[in-house]
Amino acid sequence: MSVSSDQDSGLRSSAETAVDAGSLTMEQAIANLLQRQDLSLRYYAAWWLGKFRVREPAAVDALMAALDDQDDRAPDGGFPLRRNAARALGKLGDRRAVPGLITCLHCDDFHVREAAAQALEQLGDTSCVPTLTALLTSQVGKSSGLGLDQPYDSILEALGTLQATEALSAIQPFLDHDIPRVRYAAARAMYQLTQEASYGDLLVAALQGSDLQLRRSALMDLGASGYVAAAPAIAQALAENSLKLIALQGLLDHQLQGDRSPVTQDLALSDTACDLLSLMDTLL
Amino acid sequence: MTLPLSPSSNAQALIQAVEQATSPVALLLAVRSLAELRSVDAIPTLIQVLGYNNPGAAVAAVDGLVNLGDLAAPVILEQIDGYNYGARAWAIRALSRIGHPDALDTLTEAARQDFSLSVRRAAAKGLGTLRWAVLPPDQQRPVQMQTLETLTAVCGDGEWVVRYAAIAGLQALAAVLEPADPAVADIQRLLQQQAATDDTLAVQARALWALQAIAPDSNA
Repeated sequence: MSVSSDQDSGLRSSAETAVDAGSLTMEQAIANLLQRQDLSLRYYAAWWLGKFRVREPAAVDALMAALDDQDDRAPDGGFPLRRNAARALGKLGDRRAVPGLITCLHCDDFHVREAAAQALEQLGDTSCVPTLTALLTSQVGKSSGLGLDQPYDSILEALGTLQATEALSAIQPFLDHDIPRVRYAAARAMYQLTQEASYGDLLVAALQGSDLQLRRSALMDLGASGYVAAAPAIAQALAENSLKLIALQGLLDHQLQGDRSPVTQDLALSDTACDLLSLMDTLL
Repeated sequence: MTLPLSPSSNAQALIQAVEQATSPVALLLAVRSLAELRSVDAIPTLIQVLGYNNPGAAVAAVDGLVNLGDLAAPVILEQIDGYNYGARAWAIRALSRIGHPDALDTLTEAARQDFSLSVRRAAAKGLGTLRWAVLPPDQQRPVQMQTLETLTAVCGDGEWVVRYAAIAGLQALAAVLEPADPAVADIQRLLQQQAATDDTLAVQARALWALQAIAPDSNA
């Protein structure tokens, strides 16, 4: 998982800053997003609606409309408001946003495509799988060295989470990609799709790397993968406890979902869940 | 090498190695050696390392400070970094693991109002595991009740991991109270509420686990 760009700002905003929700109301945020005079107000409102999970249909409508925005342009030609709107829609859980987000996968702006792929992953709607897969197969291996042609890591992660087993053969070549975090995303997706430990172990091995940023990336991928055998290696990785706790929380969530009573949906604590809790305690 | 080095010159050499480390790995190894020396001379340097933004080295420095225990606690309390939240989180972690009740006020303030979640989290956990027995018997219960009040408030923190740490702290606090103490029942009620209503699954699970530890039979 990429710890740069959106992921990073997400981590930072949830990790170490206090956000004053009282600075805006829901109605004001929606109004700010709908008005056309002040671009920075629109940009902030889109972020705010996602951050505070405003699931009102009116908020979702305004954000969906913002996916087509033409006014807010970055110096690099990008669409800042579209990026924020796509990110927010991923957090609001309203699948009406899916078609608009799929359209965004063809936007000229790399970061819009990236935000859309991440949002589609969060929304859990598999109708985007063919489009995501097509983005992989059109460009395999053609990385410029300076950057990526496509947000491959986000695409791979989405395909893994969406259980897109039909994409396995398109994902597999990315295990050998030049860029480590793309390889990690491929390993994570392959694990999610096959449950084969060898793919999880690729990420465990990545925790031993010398670059802190890449260790952080591998931690986040392991947390999302649900590969519970990685827990001790996560706890021992040379990285911040905050990130290790998030990774272990990911494994725990996965485990708890599986442990729930099938009848009552009550929470039950298996031995594995207790082992994870006890590891997390050591990192507080 | 023919003459054995005196402990203090040995510490001096290892301190110098920490200060002159040129790579993250070299720093980590130097801090580990300094920490293993268990010398009070190392304390200021180990505290300094907490501010280097090198998580591996910080873990080693915290371990070194924790090994020095009550010798390190007053120095940490005096030198805690008000401006670098990363360093502050590691210092609070060290104080929490050392567990000297002199850290009570610092931990209480950190758990309630530090802006950094890693600081609040470490403080909440530490408040539950202070070594109350160090205090005169008549002082123990009042500060334990003060801690219960703090941790109850921290259970309403906006960050899941801070609530999680508060629950770990409450479990530890319940473990040192008499089972018949009404405060134990208060803690159980709080945990039941958290297990039922927290919006984060991991926090619900931690509360459930704490309830099972406090009263293994009644929560089967």
